[in-house]
Amino acid sequence: MNDDHRHDLPSDPALRVKALESLLVEKGYVDPAALDALVETYETKIGPHVGARVVARAWVDPDFRRTLLSDAKRALTDLGITGWRSANLVAVENTAQVHNLVVCTLCSCYPWSVLGLPPTWYKSAPYRSRAVIDPRGVLREFGVELPEDVEIRVWDSTAELRYLVVPERPPGSEGLGEDALAALVTRDSMIGTGLARPPDAAAGSPA
Amino acid sequence: MNGVHDMGGMHGLGPIEVEPDEPVFHAPWEGRVIALGDAMGPWGRWSVDRFRYLRETIRPADYLTKPYYEQWLMTFVRLFREAGLISETELASGRPDAGEAKREPKIRIADVARVAGREDTARREGGAPPRFRPGDAVVARNINPAGHTRLPRYARGKHGVIDRDHGVFVFPDTNAHGEGERPQHVYSVRFAARELWGEQAAPRDSVYLDLWDDHLDSA
Repeated sequence: MNDDHRHDLPSDPALRVKALESLLVEKGYVDPAALDALVETYETKIGPHVGARVVARAWVDPDFRRTLLSDAKRALTDLGITGWRSANLVAVENTAQVHNLVVCTLCSCYPWSVLGLPPTWYKSAPYRSRAVIDPRGVLREFGVELPEDVEIRVWDSTAELRYLVVPERPPGSEGLGEDALAALVTRDSMIGTGLARPPDAAAGSPA
Repeated sequence: MNGVHDMGGMHGLGPIEVEPDEPVFHAPWEGRVIALGDAMGPWGRWSVDRFRYLRETIRPADYLTKPYYEQWLMTFVRLFREAGLISETELASGRPDAGEAKREPKIRIADVARVAGREDTARREGGAPPRFRPGDAVVARNINPAGHTRLPRYARGKHGVIDRDHGVFVFPDTNAHGEGERPQHVYSVRFAARELWGEQAAPRDSVYLDLWDDHLDSA
């Protein structure tokens, strides 16, 4: 199968994609306008803003939280979130005793329905190799130091199930409404490589 | 296959490099690759399992160094060729072969919302009854197929406990090779970190893998 040298697409990936697209358009397989719309969908429709809304609702609504943890598909449908393989979502909850971390050691499986497309580091060899054997070391690289008595559960996404971490609600957020709470929910906190932001730091980095 | 893609537990692959405020796509061509794959899907009807297998067969040096979406591009080109949608001479010339009738695109702007967010198709009704129940002690089989498998090396031969039954799904190990869907139950299986990695692991930590009936035996 290692026969990539056998075709003559240019070596620069940008030029190769352009050459391939123009061939497929000329053959009538694809419509460039539909490609534009697809790209825009990936860039705007899905992303961590969707997951943040789910987590914020779970923080304020105990019934929703229970549904999310036992039947995530139903919880998402209740919020109007469908498609993007949301039917196979599983939510796992961080507590004072348990910290969850999500990885895909074999490829790049990621919960598109709630987090969008994965960041480069999630798909990279360093993260994929070490998350399962040294989760505490990985967390330290992300600036997260957990007490020794906290149990770490790593979820290796080897099938079509997709995992969403529900981070702990940060102290000092008691009086906040759902929108303000959603702003505290970072992408990394929903992968398990970060924690939700404390309220006074909400203006900081969006990662 | 025992390839470089099966990375769980490897050392020496470097620090994790996090890019602050990373964009969804770093260059327009990256988004174009995903979009082309979506728009070509109805012409080829390949499975995600075949896609993953073909990506696994990228030369190891390329797998470890080529940008992610370039690997997707290489994989899509292979899928398009396997499906007979483009020929060797077309890839070489960049032009349709002589005598090729022009087709009509199957995905237009009006179809994009439906196509981009299409639901998972790997879940099946019926299929074989479950072989295990939550709480059952299991051992992951020691298998080393040269083809596609979703049972990583680091779990083979290790003992775990069924955590939950996720229902019935297509079996990628056969489906990737056109050997049938063989729908069967998928379970989250909990492996103690010390079972996988020995005494260096924290005593209460664990790793959960999603595995199929054909990956497991009773322990």
